Amino acid sequence: MLVQILFYAFATVLVLSALGMIFARNPVHSAMALVLCFVTSAAIWLLSGAEFLAVVLVLVYVGAVMVLFLFVVMMLDINFEELHSGLTRFSWLGIITGGVVIFEIVGVAVARLGPMIHQGPVSEPAGYSNTAELGEVLYSRYAYPFELAAVLLLVAIVAAIALTMRKRQGLKVQDVNKQVAARAADRVRIVKMEAEKR
Amino acid sequence: MLDTTLTWAGVSPAVGEIFLAFAICLVLLVDVFAGPRNRVTPTLTLLSLVVCAALLVSVGSVGVRTELFNGLYVADPVSWVLKLAALLFVAVTLVYSRGYMDARGTSRGEYYVLALTALLGIFVLASANSLLTVYIGVELLALSVYAMVAFDRDNGIAAEAAMKYFVLGAIASGVLLYGMSIVYGITGTLALDDLATRLVSPTPGAVLGLAFIVVAVAFKLGAVPFHMWLPDVYEGAPSNVTLFIATAPKIAYFALALRLLAHGLSGVSGEWTAMLAPLAVLTLILGNVVAIAQTSLKRMLAYSAIGNVGFILLGFVTGTAAGYGASLYYTLVYVLATLGAFGVMLLLTQKGFEADKLDDYKGLYSRDPLLALVMMAMMFSTAGVPPFVGFWAKLSILQQLWATGHVWLVIIGALVSVIGAFYYLRIVKLMYFDAPAVGKPLPEWQPGVRLAVGVNGLAVLLLGVLPAPLLSLCSQLLH
Repeated sequence: MLVQILFYAFATVLVLSALGMIFARNPVHSAMALVLCFVTSAAIWLLSGAEFLAVVLVLVYVGAVMVLFLFVVMMLDINFEELHSGLTRFSWLGIITGGVVIFEIVGVAVARLGPMIHQGPVSEPAGYSNTAELGEVLYSRYAYPFELAAVLLLVAIVAAIALTMRKRQGLKVQDVNKQVAARAADRVRIVKMEAEKR
Repeated sequence: MLDTTLTWAGVSPAVGEIFLAFAICLVLLVDVFAGPRNRVTPTLTLLSLVVCAALLVSVGSVGVRTELFNGLYVADPVSWVLKLAALLFVAVTLVYSRGYMDARGTSRGEYYVLALTALLGIFVLASANSLLTVYIGVELLALSVYAMVAFDRDNGIAAEAAMKYFVLGAIASGVLLYGMSIVYGITGTLALDDLATRLVSPTPGAVLGLAFIVVAVAFKLGAVPFHMWLPDVYEGAPSNVTLFIATAPKIAYFALALRLLAHGLSGVSGEWTAMLAPLAVLTLILGNVVAIAQTSLKRMLAYSAIGNVGFILLGFVTGTAAGYGASLYYTLVYVLATLGAFGVMLLLTQKGFEADKLDDYKGLYSRDPLLALVMMAMMFSTAGVPPFVGFWAKLSILQQLWATGHVWLVIIGALVSVIGAFYYLRIVKLMYFDAPAVGKPLPEWQPGVRLAVGVNGLAVLLLGVLPAPLLSLCSQLLH
């Protein structure tokens, strides 16, 4: 009973925060609403026994992706008025795409998931560990694509570093070694000059 | 039942991939300690390619189709040949591009690391037996290549090309994934073998998913109307990177079409061949006609690539194993000739002189007979002039089309070959019959690279004089 109450509470917050994310005018508010969205989704996953995925969702999406997103929103000078200007003109495109996606989701849900939805969540046997199950599948059946995904991440790292690490002219970077090794004589040059005559 | 035991027999056919993964890490580490512009990284990379080929030949060859890693990976004679060909093409690419990079000071370790990761992506695609591995292979190859195109990032044209390639490529990946998700939703399986048996009727949903997959494959190959990125990327990328993307990845995308369409979606082959046929015709016509108007060799070769992709697609349009065999033969032959053409171009370049204008080739014969001869062999081969090997490639595609009753496609294919011959022969005319261009620097004497280019030209001639071994190999592989 308590689980059901909690589920409906989290589900309500989830839907409201998702709506808030879409309708918020300020992009920072949107991002914060999305963070709330992720946290409540993680709570719902916890309720249904997927504790590892819940923790990963909070760590990766809330902790890393959304923080990065906030950085981008705040650092980049984006003119949001200009971005919003085409909104009404292209709204038909969004409505059509959204309609198709909703149609597909409902279609799949009715055709495939109908019986499962009415059944309610399946209770696992005692001693069941979602984390262990996931690990077993990842490191046995999907070991090959899992390792390849690691190589894919390595490629991303190498590419990102190769494209950003370079010597640019005129950078005002401090060289600590030079700063420490500097002596007073290097900084001030005392020039003896004859007093000029007026 | 899940097979969790790890035995040597259970992984030995995948020795190429395993070795490459280690080689990538090794080259990356060695390059860090060897410092910038060292001479160790290129040599080590080439060495690891040679060792990889040796391992593939000695340990990795399989007589029959073998599934590994719980059916996610398949080793069969086709994948073995595709991998060896990709190894050879990447190795030759690295040999050709070394002098170009050294002259400009753009030689950097990441180029070699990314070449190896791209090669790993090609390997993964060649052996993919599940939608999951297909997608990872596509991404591994594409991400490596995006970064290579962007290397010269202070050059506006290169940055623009990389940006176009990246954005359009990301959309294509999304389209591929979307198509896969629809197909998965209908059949409930990611394994290509199961897909082939479960997806047999063209329901509207299946056709929708199929259409997305066909679009993604057409984009990756550069078929019209999804070709827009190709000329800009070829022109904008540094010439050594253009050489890279023009050669080995074509093998990978042939493997993509073979695994995904010809194998996984074989139950609905009637639908995808009907989708591919108009794409192939448009590709043939646009590629060959627009190439005539180009004044830059790189752009001309880009449109030539589009035109040749049309022929590769025509082999798939037949929907028969013999047709796929002809496509494989065409792909290998086309890549071999492209390799030689770019090899000559890179040998002609010097710091500050890119040799990418057609005018730069005027009177090349009197300046450098060997390079002119090799370039002529490549142009004749791509145009389909006997006795060069390109003739047999075009002939076998047209033969297969004729055998399956696609008379109209045979006529169109023959017509565009004639149109295409014009701009290939124009290069030969420029090199042999025009007065030498004044003020062009003489190409440097790089004996090793010259030898490789010469062997490349000889291979195109020899394979044309004796076409039987490779032809029969290609048709046997796909039976």
